[in-house]
Amino acid sequence: MENQDIMKPENIVYKKPALLTDNVMHYCPGCSHGTVHKLVAEVIEEMGIQDRTIGISPVGCSVFAYNYIDIDWQEAAHGRAPALATAVKRLCPDKYVFTYQGDGDLASIGTAEIIHACSRGENIVVIFINNGIYGMTGGQMAPTTLLGMKTSTTPYGRDPKLNGFPLKITEMLAELDGTAYITRQAVHTAAAARKAKNAIRKGFEYSAKDIGLSFIEIVSTCNSGWKLSPVEANEWMVGHMFAKYPLGDIKDVLK
Amino acid sequence: MNINWIEMAFKGTIEIDTQRCKGCSVCIGNCPNHCIRLSKSVNGKGYRFAELATDGCIGCASCAIVCPDSVITVYKVKI
Amino acid sequence: MAEKILMKGNEAIAISAIRNGVDGYFGYPITPQSEVMETLMKEKPWETTGMTVLQAESELSSINMVYGGASCGKKVMTSSSSPGISLMCEGISYIAGAELPCVIVDVMRGGPGLGTIQPSQSDYFQAVKGGGHGDYHCIVLAPAYAQDMYDFVDWGFELAFKYRNPVMILADGIIGQLMEKVELHPAKPRRTAEEILEAAPWATTGKPAGRARNIITSLSLDANTQEDFNRKLLAKYDAIRESEVKYSEYLTDDAEYVFVAFGCSARICEAATDILREEGIKAGLIRPITLFPFPEKEISRLAGRVKSMMSIELSLGQMVEDVRLAADGQCPVGFYGRQGGNIYTPEEIVSEFKKFNNLK
Repeated sequence: MENQDIMKPENIVYKKPALLTDNVMHYCPGCSHGTVHKLVAEVIEEMGIQDRTIGISPVGCSVFAYNYIDIDWQEAAHGRAPALATAVKRLCPDKYVFTYQGDGDLASIGTAEIIHACSRGENIVVIFINNGIYGMTGGQMAPTTLLGMKTSTTPYGRDPKLNGFPLKITEMLAELDGTAYITRQAVHTAAAARKAKNAIRKGFEYSAKDIGLSFIEIVSTCNSGWKLSPVEANEWMVGHMFAKYPLGDIKDVLK
Repeated sequence: MNINWIEMAFKGTIEIDTQRCKGCSVCIGNCPNHCIRLSKSVNGKGYRFAELATDGCIGCASCAIVCPDSVITVYKVKI
Repeated sequence: MAEKILMKGNEAIAISAIRNGVDGYFGYPITPQSEVMETLMKEKPWETTGMTVLQAESELSSINMVYGGASCGKKVMTSSSSPGISLMCEGISYIAGAELPCVIVDVMRGGPGLGTIQPSQSDYFQAVKGGGHGDYHCIVLAPAYAQDMYDFVDWGFELAFKYRNPVMILADGIIGQLMEKVELHPAKPRRTAEEILEAAPWATTGKPAGRARNIITSLSLDANTQEDFNRKLLAKYDAIRESEVKYSEYLTDDAEYVFVAFGCSARICEAATDILREEGIKAGLIRPITLFPFPEKEISRLAGRVKSMMSIELSLGQMVEDVRLAADGQCPVGFYGRQGGNIYTPEEIVSEFKKFNNLK
């Protein structure tokens, strides 16, 4: 059977979700953001909640997320998305509300906002992209940068005496009574991406159950910031990032 | 259900939006049958793009799932 | 006859919010305005009107909660005092940049820094000239009575939605803390979902099939897009300057000397004007009720026919700059101020007035 004979609409088993717009993503080749955007779009599409979902993306590479997923969006100041989401969910409790934040945003400038949103048990979903670096501003050290890792502000490698230690904020948040579901995932392989999608779906479902905040960390690559090819960046992530940031569920109050 | 996996075979293929592909190659390593390669020519953005190299595709969609730019459509038929 | 109740200015803000159909209040405690949130929490409006009231972890967070709520087309507000407003300035700039309606109450205290908890008017520059970054203006309303505190909440939301612009009620510790009779106008219900769609079709209420997605943002990396947006804001501010100036005058018709004062200072200047009139000196007072837009034309008109003007403020002299710009050299413009929470008496103002005007 020739390929042309297979390429018929009835034989499609996977395609770009309809909720992803046709805009070409501004992300670098191989960037995890694109894959995570797709998973979020698939979850919203499959749950049929496009008309009830509000996304909030603050400063960072994903500040333009509103160009890619076809839902209503709010663009927030650096670190402040959980505050916006708090108000949106409290004022519009029938909506699904999620933030999409990077590690510089969530784990550095926005620590107060995320901790208190978690502590209050806001019924929102937080997608946390952790690639251990500030991507948009050109590869500076983030709170999650690994020890020894070279960035433009740690050109000789992160030294704990100079720069402090990597922040495992996800484990910290799991300690808070207001969080319902805390997990750490990745999207470098098809199997990992399927698990990440299930986690995102669970987060959205939990956010409608009035049981608290769902937090999905995605350990990600920033191949431009890491100065590696996309494939090498994935390998480096598996070899180094996963040791500090191991994958799997950390907390699930319904289990 | 008793499935005879040996007799149950699939043939698949992929369609790549080559103008949107950024040639990141993440799909290549994720293909279990090693059927994808980078093209020799470049697209309008100057990227070498992913293309199907062999007819070993089984339509598993691994390549499409990990594609950050969602440029791959996957087709599959039972044979 | 509408009901009149004795209450503090800060309480009037809270009661007005509940009775005027406000959807949400987000705040953080700071003296001298903590009664706003305390009153709301005591009244439990979530059980009556369905209003949301939340104590945030900081002013940064409360202003960003306002940003989120306003993005949904809701009537949302916050209140704070000077140092807290400084923290909010990032958010206020984003709100102005995203063209969101909201009401922010600043019950001013003395600064800079931690300063004092006593009343002051030294945040005029911050409120009127920006505070945050970028070319923007808040509409600034200056209450002088507890009744104003009550009325300006509703007026503020009307202006905020009319222009999609943040409105600041610039009060001070005196107006916040004084107790006066306040007339309660008939209550308004909160807007229904349908009314929100009509009042704010731009709001992020969830994208139904058939409309483009609504995006609330202040980001435009392209220089021309940003410049076009800045010009659009300028056109809006010009329209506000043209239509929304509000002020009151006291004995200015035949005045030879005019005080310019807002908020609590206007009340004290009214008493000073009375003393001068009793002495046969033809004094008058103009009280800007809107500080942005500033009553430039009216001050210019008065400046053309009086012997002098004097700006009286609880600061080192901030509004006086705008008075001088408006007077444009037509008459001398003097200034007298007190700081640190000290308040002038009418007699003190009369004495300073005479010094400035070489009168015995």
